[in-house]
Amino acid sequence: MIAEAGLAALWLAAALSLLQLCLGAFALRPGGEGLLRTVRPVAAVQAALVAISFFCLILLFLRTDLSVALVAANSHAAKPWLYKFAGTWGNHEGSMLLWVAVLAIAGGAVALFERKLEQRTLIATLAAQAAIGLGFYAFLLFSSNPFERLNPPAAVGQGLNPLLQDPGLAFHPPTLYFGYVGISIAFSFAVGALITRDVGAAFARAMRPWVLAAWIFLTLGITAGSYWAYYELGWGGWWFWDPVENASLMPWLAATALLHSVTVLATRDALRAWTVMLAVVAFSMSMIGTFLVRSGILTSVHAFAVDPERGFFILILLTLYIGGALALFGLRVGTVREGATFEPVSREGTLVLNNLLLSAILGIVLVGTLYPLGVEAVTGEKLSVGPPYFNSAAGPIALALVVFMAAGPLVRWRRDRAPEVVNRIALPVLISAVTLFALVLFAPGIGLFPLFGLTLATGVAAASVAPLWKRNLRRTPLFTWGMVAAHLGIAVSLAGMASESAFTQETLVAVPVGETVEVGPYSVRFDAVQPVAGPNWTAIEATLTARRGDGKPIVLKPQARMFSSPPTETSEAAIATRLGGQLYTVLGKGDAGGRWQLRLWWKPFVTLIWLGGGLIALGGVLSLIGRVRRERKVQLQEAWA
Amino acid sequence: MKAKNQRLTLLILAIAAVLGAVLLGMSALKEQAAYFYAPADVARKGVPLDQAVRIGGMVVPGSIKRDPDGVSIDFVVGDETEATIPVRFKGIVPDLFKEDSGVVAEGRFQADGTFVASEILAKHDENYMPPELAGEKHKSESLE
Repeated sequence: MIAEAGLAALWLAAALSLLQLCLGAFALRPGGEGLLRTVRPVAAVQAALVAISFFCLILLFLRTDLSVALVAANSHAAKPWLYKFAGTWGNHEGSMLLWVAVLAIAGGAVALFERKLEQRTLIATLAAQAAIGLGFYAFLLFSSNPFERLNPPAAVGQGLNPLLQDPGLAFHPPTLYFGYVGISIAFSFAVGALITRDVGAAFARAMRPWVLAAWIFLTLGITAGSYWAYYELGWGGWWFWDPVENASLMPWLAATALLHSVTVLATRDALRAWTVMLAVVAFSMSMIGTFLVRSGILTSVHAFAVDPERGFFILILLTLYIGGALALFGLRVGTVREGATFEPVSREGTLVLNNLLLSAILGIVLVGTLYPLGVEAVTGEKLSVGPPYFNSAAGPIALALVVFMAAGPLVRWRRDRAPEVVNRIALPVLISAVTLFALVLFAPGIGLFPLFGLTLATGVAAASVAPLWKRNLRRTPLFTWGMVAAHLGIAVSLAGMASESAFTQETLVAVPVGETVEVGPYSVRFDAVQPVAGPNWTAIEATLTARRGDGKPIVLKPQARMFSSPPTETSEAAIATRLGGQLYTVLGKGDAGGRWQLRLWWKPFVTLIWLGGGLIALGGVLSLIGRVRRERKVQLQEAWA
Repeated sequence: MKAKNQRLTLLILAIAAVLGAVLLGMSALKEQAAYFYAPADVARKGVPLDQAVRIGGMVVPGSIKRDPDGVSIDFVVGDETEATIPVRFKGIVPDLFKEDSGVVAEGRFQADGTFVASEILAKHDENYMPPELAGEKHKSESLE
């Protein structure tokens, strides 16, 4: 019954999205004004129906209903409930249902809460959102039905990929999807504004909070994904330039550029066409990411067994939406009236530079990600593009971007004088120089990237907090705090990346129980190995006692786990987090002589990488609250007047 | 500057930035295009020295030798051709590293043709096959 209810709700939602599109289209025609009021409720009900449908699927997974094909293929009765729950989106069909659910709920939220946008533009936006939804409903219902019954029901389920059985994975995909699919709102706003020719400052002010919200989720999702790869894969690395990682990085780069250009549009009414274009590009990147991950073109932990037909379906949707939006852009961009101009030496000028550099990085990542696929499609030759390419091509531009990011907030809107700007950035530059000097003196030979990274990080940190200098902190607007926090977050992350690559110390040995091993400032005693059993796995567990000088001992228990369904082995690193860094331990194989492989890392300040990511997202949250509060105040004042 | 001129300047700058990035990317790719080597590629193109690359193929049965230090291993990677690559690796091999199964390793070739791997890439489950290898496995299966 639950499965049928879920499927029925999904069909109804699909029908409503068709209705929403038609109502929107007719309402915008001359004489259709009467229909304008009908679109919002339809969008809200559609969102509710998809939520019900998704809730049904969660129920089926929690109950391990083996008469549903999807559950039987991806779940197991003996799994902890958290992973049954997370298993809902740990597969192709479930994750696509989550995609559609987020899309419809985002559309519903716009319908319910958006008050600033001009009504006709809002209706056009909702119609565009419905058009995107319609394609994905068709995809789900015709080629990836999550509620399909299995007759006869399976006796046992096949289980979930053990790598996905991790608390982080329960929350990482939904977070990422909120960001990924949330960008669709920006796209729909852009399409709406193109249709009604309403691109201007007011439009940008309406769009900004939605872009900001999606960007916050995307930032959190990427940060969490990076930390997951770091502790779950047991390699001690935090970014691999895997196409799947790039698939989430590309929309983030575009959304970051959009976030800054929308601010220029909202504040100074400049960059009209550019902002609309970026919104289209940002969503295109989300679609390309979805295509890469869900088409089966890539083999990875994210790409569930998928047949080529589905990949083809997504490719068609991708072409349709991106092509359609670009065509609309081409047709209408001439009628978007020119906005204000600006001086090169001004806040706007630095933000334009930020946009250009972000676009350049985006171009490099896009080329590196798609090139192997293109070559394979044309010549059939398989090749892979790895970290050396991305680091050498994108790295220098990223460092340049960070330099301008530091300077940007210290430049005034409208027009600034170059000598004054130089004055304002003098102190951060001096701080950088001192750091550089200290590094060359006390840590010679750490390599170019760590050297520049740490130098820049201190300069950026100083420049980021500079806008608060000599200000009444209690009267500083919340969105200024947000900008400070986000930029500081970049500095913190950069410092973490640079110190990780400069100062990490590694020890790799095979030792018998009882031996003591040194890594960095720690001596680690190998106390014991014993078998342990979990709910659906067994493992060999080592007990390690780490001690730094005369400090308190830290007990670490890395494991090598064996799952029976499906049969897989994973290695669970044990990590001790201290103020100065992380001690990362991995247990390897045992040999006939009674020795066990141990891999130990001491990674100074590595946690700064994700702390910075959190700080960036927090900056977004502060800005969002600040903007929404200010708008409300303005509305109240207007109502009062 | 007039609005129209500024718009044009921006457009040109944007196109230049993205094109520049793509060109930079493509030229970096040219060096990188030979990033992945199968044993047959080594036989054909020779070994690239002083460059981090990936190699991939099947672990030749009976070729895995563990060193006395307990953390180093030597093995041979082969493919459907006669060609093979001797590999040396110091580290913990992934759980699914076995004889006669697919492997992808990252590292550098030495002058004597040995590949010193810095990382053996983990596979996500027993069905996982690195995309570069899937085709070759397919070929060797159809040969059998």
